[in-house]
Amino acid sequence: MQKALLEIDHVSRSYAVPGKKEKVTVFQDVCLKIHKGEFVTVVGHSGCGKSTLLNIIAGIDRAEEGMVLVNGRRIDSPGLDRMVVFQNFALMPWLTVYQNIRLAVQAAYPDWEQQKIDERTRAYVEMVNLKGAEDKLPAALSGGMRQRCGLARAFSVQPPIMLLDEPFAQIDALTRGVIQDELIRMWTESDVTIFMVTHDVDEAILLSDRILLMTPGPGARVAETVAIEIPRPRERKRIIEHERYYSYRNRIIKFLAGE
Amino acid sequence: MNGRAIILSCSLGCLMLLLWHVATAGSELPTPSAVLKVAREFLRSPFYDAGPNDKGIGILAAYSIGRLAAGFGCASVCAVLLGVWLGRRPILFAALNPYIQILRAISPIAWMPLLLYSVKDSGITAFLVVFMASLWPTLANTAFGVANIKKDYLNVAAILQISPLKTLLRIILPAAGPTIVAGLKISMGSAWVAVIPAEALLGSMGLGYFVWNEWNNLSLTSVVFAILVIGIVGVIVDFLFSRLSRRLAYTD
Repeated sequence: MQKALLEIDHVSRSYAVPGKKEKVTVFQDVCLKIHKGEFVTVVGHSGCGKSTLLNIIAGIDRAEEGMVLVNGRRIDSPGLDRMVVFQNFALMPWLTVYQNIRLAVQAAYPDWEQQKIDERTRAYVEMVNLKGAEDKLPAALSGGMRQRCGLARAFSVQPPIMLLDEPFAQIDALTRGVIQDELIRMWTESDVTIFMVTHDVDEAILLSDRILLMTPGPGARVAETVAIEIPRPRERKRIIEHERYYSYRNRIIKFLAGE
Repeated sequence: MNGRAIILSCSLGCLMLLLWHVATAGSELPTPSAVLKVAREFLRSPFYDAGPNDKGIGILAAYSIGRLAAGFGCASVCAVLLGVWLGRRPILFAALNPYIQILRAISPIAWMPLLLYSVKDSGITAFLVVFMASLWPTLANTAFGVANIKKDYLNVAAILQISPLKTLLRIILPAAGPTIVAGLKISMGSAWVAVIPAEALLGSMGLGYFVWNEWNNLSLTSVVFAILVIGIVGVIVDFLFSRLSRRLAYTD
């Protein structure tokens, strides 16, 4: 069998509650293998610790037990090989769209000449259709446009792994679809591996190869894996007509409802 | 300011001048017209230099502004560096904060005897007084601003593997910029307030020295003129900082 690109090995996380002796376990014993090029999504209720799990993979939070391996090597700090797209975008508000993306390109390729950095930056501004808005500050943009910038920043580094933390949660429904299509296009055109966290079931089915279902916290765990065997390219309008769509959807919704 | 505020402001100014005139007319105290006359004389040649005790008001103001710039400049560099360092260490900052607040509450002039005794030089003492006056507000604000930077920005810097120096220059300072400049503005105000008595007491050349000298000459009209000059310089400096803070402001 092919070796996993990203491996999560018996990872547990708990936090101390003031005034209580016992720690509260957020999730425990999460094991997971993700292969190169896969799109894997974790679905679960809020509070099950799925974002915490993502942060541990990103290296900005720590596992109490277990470890995260990339290409078989244990990681415990953030790195350019695991770019994160944040729910609240996390753009630098004092930098323009262009400068935000350029900051990432420059950081990832410190040896490049200015001209090459600018070329790459421009290419990704265009890739996410932000041309014309590149000199605006994030505060002047809609949520959808800000997340386009967030995606461009992450993709511009061309990382092997991307971690998406509820990337569409703060974007209105109409724009969400457009950006999901852009994400799929960029994922297809690159060989990036994506780990996403969401609570939107339709979004998960549309985008993922596999969906992991997490039980509600505290003490959450990954209970089930659903492989989405709907051929790509998937279209938003057509996918709901696929014979298996509703069986996947019902299974996940029943799981989340606790049946 | 909008039009109505400007009209109101001008009317209030005239009213104050009128009250001043009414209050001082016929007394020993300087009236507005007397001050105006003195001001004209002083401003005719603001940069003349006729020996140590007789210099133009422009030269005196330049001395004071130079003292302000030196003390405030050095203190600000120290305060921002120390503030960034403290801001990243929340426990140490919390432990030191009460002391910073105490030091901030002490008038820098109160340190003067101690400083003068220690360094035995009036010029250096004046510099140190201004330095002490400028240090604390910037230090407290910088540490506060840095401690409250959104975690996301630092996470992004960590993910992008930006070096500590670049993180300081490109993430931490811009993120805390508005808070730091607010501190600098308060520091600048308190430093300018400290410059005048320091010069007066230490006999160092400048506007404070001029005030004291004119008081010794019993020339109250010149004292009032000097007071106005001090106020106007303060307003100009403050205006410059307001412009800086507008440039660094950002909306999240």
